[in-house]
Amino acid sequence: MYNFEIERPGTIEEAVAALAAEEAQALGGGQTLIPTLKARLAAPAKLVSLSGIAELKGLRREGDRLVIGSGTTHAEVAREAAEAYPALAALAGGIGDPAVRNRGTIGGSLANNDPSACYPAAVLASGATVITSTREIAADDFFQGMFTTALDDGEIITSVSFPVPQAASYQKFEQPASRFALVGVFVAKFADGVRVAVTGASEDGVFRWSEAEAALSEDFSADAISGLSVSPEGMIGDLHGTPEYRAHLVKVLTGRAVAAA
Amino acid sequence: MPDGGIGASSKRREDVRFLTGKGNYTDDINIHGQAYVHFLRSDVAHGRIRRLDTAEAEKMPGVLRIFTAADFEGVGGIPCGWQVTDRHGNPMQEPKHPVLAEGKVRYVGEMIAGVVAETPAQARDAAEAIVVDIEELPAVIDMKEAVKDGAPKVHDELESNLCYDWGFVEENREAVDEAIRNAHHVTTLELVNNRLVANPMEPRVAIGVYDRASDEHTLYTTSQNPHVIRLLMGAFVLGIPEHKLRVISPDVGGGFGSKIFHYAEEAFCTFAAKAVGRPVKWTCSRSEAFISDAQGRDHVTKIELALDEEGHFLAIRTDTYANMGAYLSTFAPSVPTWLHGTLMAGNYKTPLIYVNVKAVFTNTVPVDAYRGAGRPEASFQLERVIDKAAREMGIDPVELRRRNFITEFPYATPVAVEYDTGDYNATMDKLLEMADVAGFEKRLEESRKRGKLRGLGINCYIEACGIAPSSLVGQLGARAGLYESATVRVNATGGLVIMTGSHSHGQGHETAFPQVVADMIGIDPSMVEVVHGDTANTPMGMGTYGSRSLAVGGSAIVRATEKIIAKAKKIAAHLLEASEADIELKDGQFTVAGTDKSVAWGDVTLAAYVPHNYPLEDLEPGLEETAFYDPSNFTYPAGAYACEVEVDPDTGKVEIVSFCAADDFGNVVNPMIVDGQVHGGLGQGIGQALLEHAVYDENGQLLTGSFMDYAMPRASDVPFYKVDHSCQTPCTHNPLGVKGCGEAGAIGSPPAVVNAVVDALQRAGHDVTHIDMPLTPSRVWAAMQQG
Ligand SMILES: Cc1cc2nc3c(=O)[nH]c(=O)nc-3n(C[C@H](O)[C@H](O)[C@H](O)COP(=O)(O)OP(=O)(O)OC[C@H]3O[C@@H](n4cnc5c(N)ncnc54)[C@H](O)[C@@H]3O)c2cc1C
Repeated sequence: MYNFEIERPGTIEEAVAALAAEEAQALGGGQTLIPTLKARLAAPAKLVSLSGIAELKGLRREGDRLVIGSGTTHAEVAREAAEAYPALAALAGGIGDPAVRNRGTIGGSLANNDPSACYPAAVLASGATVITSTREIAADDFFQGMFTTALDDGEIITSVSFPVPQAASYQKFEQPASRFALVGVFVAKFADGVRVAVTGASEDGVFRWSEAEAALSEDFSADAISGLSVSPEGMIGDLHGTPEYRAHLVKVLTGRAVAAA
Repeated sequence: MPDGGIGASSKRREDVRFLTGKGNYTDDINIHGQAYVHFLRSDVAHGRIRRLDTAEAEKMPGVLRIFTAADFEGVGGIPCGWQVTDRHGNPMQEPKHPVLAEGKVRYVGEMIAGVVAETPAQARDAAEAIVVDIEELPAVIDMKEAVKDGAPKVHDELESNLCYDWGFVEENREAVDEAIRNAHHVTTLELVNNRLVANPMEPRVAIGVYDRASDEHTLYTTSQNPHVIRLLMGAFVLGIPEHKLRVISPDVGGGFGSKIFHYAEEAFCTFAAKAVGRPVKWTCSRSEAFISDAQGRDHVTKIELALDEEGHFLAIRTDTYANMGAYLSTFAPSVPTWLHGTLMAGNYKTPLIYVNVKAVFTNTVPVDAYRGAGRPEASFQLERVIDKAAREMGIDPVELRRRNFITEFPYATPVAVEYDTGDYNATMDKLLEMADVAGFEKRLEESRKRGKLRGLGINCYIEACGIAPSSLVGQLGARAGLYESATVRVNATGGLVIMTGSHSHGQGHETAFPQVVADMIGIDPSMVEVVHGDTANTPMGMGTYGSRSLAVGGSAIVRATEKIIAKAKKIAAHLLEASEADIELKDGQFTVAGTDKSVAWGDVTLAAYVPHNYPLEDLEPGLEETAFYDPSNFTYPAGAYACEVEVDPDTGKVEIVSFCAADDFGNVVNPMIVDGQVHGGLGQGIGQALLEHAVYDENGQLLTGSFMDYAMPRASDVPFYKVDHSCQTPCTHNPLGVKGCGEAGAIGSPPAVVNAVVDALQRAGHDVTHIDMPLTPSRVWAAMQQG
């Protein structure tokens, strides 16, 4: 770790102001950022901790939507969304280990947009809205490839607003070492159709599998996708799985998610 | 007999401090005035150092001194402890292994400079400020490429990248070829024994201390064998005689082989402490451990097994490439040769065996012994090829093994070792019962109903441990003796201290060794303490590895205790005014045979130190004895393992649903500790089979340089084990009749897992005969797609 300044603002406004400084960076739960700093792979001059900002925390219902503050930890979502949005709660409960879940936040996960992270699949499949310090961004516009999002410099995520689907499930196939998603598929069924989002698989980060969405919107059953296949082109190939394997898993996990939803 | 003697499952007394955070590990030790070193390590696998400029870095805050190779002129290289002679009678090629890189870097992680500063962060900052310009050279990573003509050379001064081409038994070479040519059936298997990183829970640490007044050096280090480090570093690297060098290895958090070796960091800290005039401490980070701890395994093998019509084994021929990495680590050359070729007979009567091993230098971290060392590689290929042969010939794999079991002992194998005892049918019978093999078909059906492919893998293993007879290993190229030592000191009021040359880094010596001594004397084990890990207060011993501590170190303790008892009987005879021949020791009481005259252990020990009524003219006062024990043979633990798996046909994910181990360890001192040793070994073997793999890219970058990509087994990856060690054929040549149990689990389990997965796929109609470890879901799925 290199030396850095740290600020602990109490409000969103103060945080935004603090982040206007040169080489300032937001610090959520630190579960991604702190290891990066320890490995000396990043050297921000100033960290702006978001963990003291009360308005970024907690879950609330807004009509038929579930709104989650960006500073809400995975453990809190796992516990408190269990009734309102069980598939989302289950996803949060399957991230990392208890230590990670007690610190890591939904905002940090989305801002980081790790291609193997779980939350992006839920946000994209739910058609959620990412609310920031300056605007509202639809999920379809938010994720822009591996570790890339629509966020501008100094812009912070304040909350995420999820429409709650009629039925949903997240199926995660763990990478054996990191236990992030080797492939993860989130299926969400709404009155007006089904959305399927895939994480872990593509070199372009989280994506929607539109053929499956069309087929499942017609017939929400695992059989509905039996004739489909996913192309290995553009899929990640590494030690833990070939592109062919990942493409295959997308279909297997989609089927399982439909069955479990 | 008091409670807690030989055979009692006494709880491990050391666990009280380990489990309550009271252990005293090397990193817990801080010496007044200490400075810290950070090593600048190479980030390229092969290159020529064009420029190394420390001028700016030296001006950084807190920097005391920066060392480069130039500072180590006149200092010896890191020595190799074993010289292998090749097929043609020539010694292996042995390159210099400098403390800091000289002119060239040869693997990612090699130390280029050491920065000593007031704080770890300052040392690290300054290391980053060192200007180093390296001309990158093509790296050699693949062993078969490395030995081709014209391949880039890891060491310019050597003829090639071939360390040695070893043949064993060379005289059998042609006879084996002929037997294979003429055999009824030959089964061939090509396989990889995957490279592993040991990853003990505690990374390495070293602290060098120098006392100018007495000219004495002290090294605190995370070692499995402090005496060996003292000898290697003192005599070969730094030129410090033993009486001026003390090596202390306090609590050590696991080693699994990786802490046997003498590492350059130890020599650096010892050297720098004198040069700087301050204690110098180095604490390895986990990331650094991945690129600096000696790694394990990494063999590429072709094995052929020739059989007659009835399935009797006629001959075995193996052809192995063994990775040495960039330099020869302490025992590296012995692992693929004497710890591997000598075990190729396994549990079977095969008259002719020829093992060829080409040891190869590559631009990777040095490879050396890792739990089992050579023996897992032997067992894996043998037990895999037998399974394949059984399928090819349509013989039940258990039956094929039984048909070839060695049943008469002692048995001299064609690969130079003599098994003293064993009963391979007994462990197999026990295993089949434990694993309910008879009920397998029913479980298979039940798995099928749930859409899972079930498979059963069974295999045997044998190992040679309790290493080893010094005269034998000397002939085989060892540059060290392999005896063990013990001093048993009896205190005036009857308590005892065992000072052992072996070292405990998880094995439970502090509990098991007192059980032995207490049993011999008939006192409570709480009266006995163990001291280990400090060259200043233990007799010179060779340390702990190769499942040797009880078999060799325990034997030394028995011998020393026998001397104690013999002397104590003399004292008792004097006190009881009886003849020494009539004195019996039982339950801590000396009695005169056939009388009710007796004197207690404590009265005798008191007399030894308060010799008022004492035969001073015949006997020295005091009660302290030392013994050195050099075994006459290895010990040969053996057993049979069964693994049952379920494979998910959609994802290729393997789940181990049961694992049974029937081991013959000879006599057992503490069954609970033995269970634990087997559990740990099984965990590591399963880790190797399913998860662990150190992978380099073609440029020599370690792709699995952290736990994000290097998969360690977790609790949920392993089942509840069933282990049994009731089949006991005691070792015939050591006084305890023990064989050693530390490595068995890691040796016997990888073939069981792979056999089980191949079985599952074949039962499901896939034409799959082998999958290389680790059997990741991706690999298993790919295998199912192909056949
Ligand atoms: C051992 C381990 C296992 C893990 N396993 C999984 C897993 O299985 N699945 C998974 O999805 N994740 C996993 N993670 C990652 C975990 O979910 C992290 O918590 C998450 O990626 C980052 O959240 P954080 O709050 O810790 O963010 P931080 O680490 O604090 O920050 C991450 C990035 O986001 C930025 N940031 C943080 N908060 C905001 C905000 N509100 N607005 C804008 N930018 C912000 C930071 O500046 C930084 O760039 C794992 C992590 C670890 C250490």
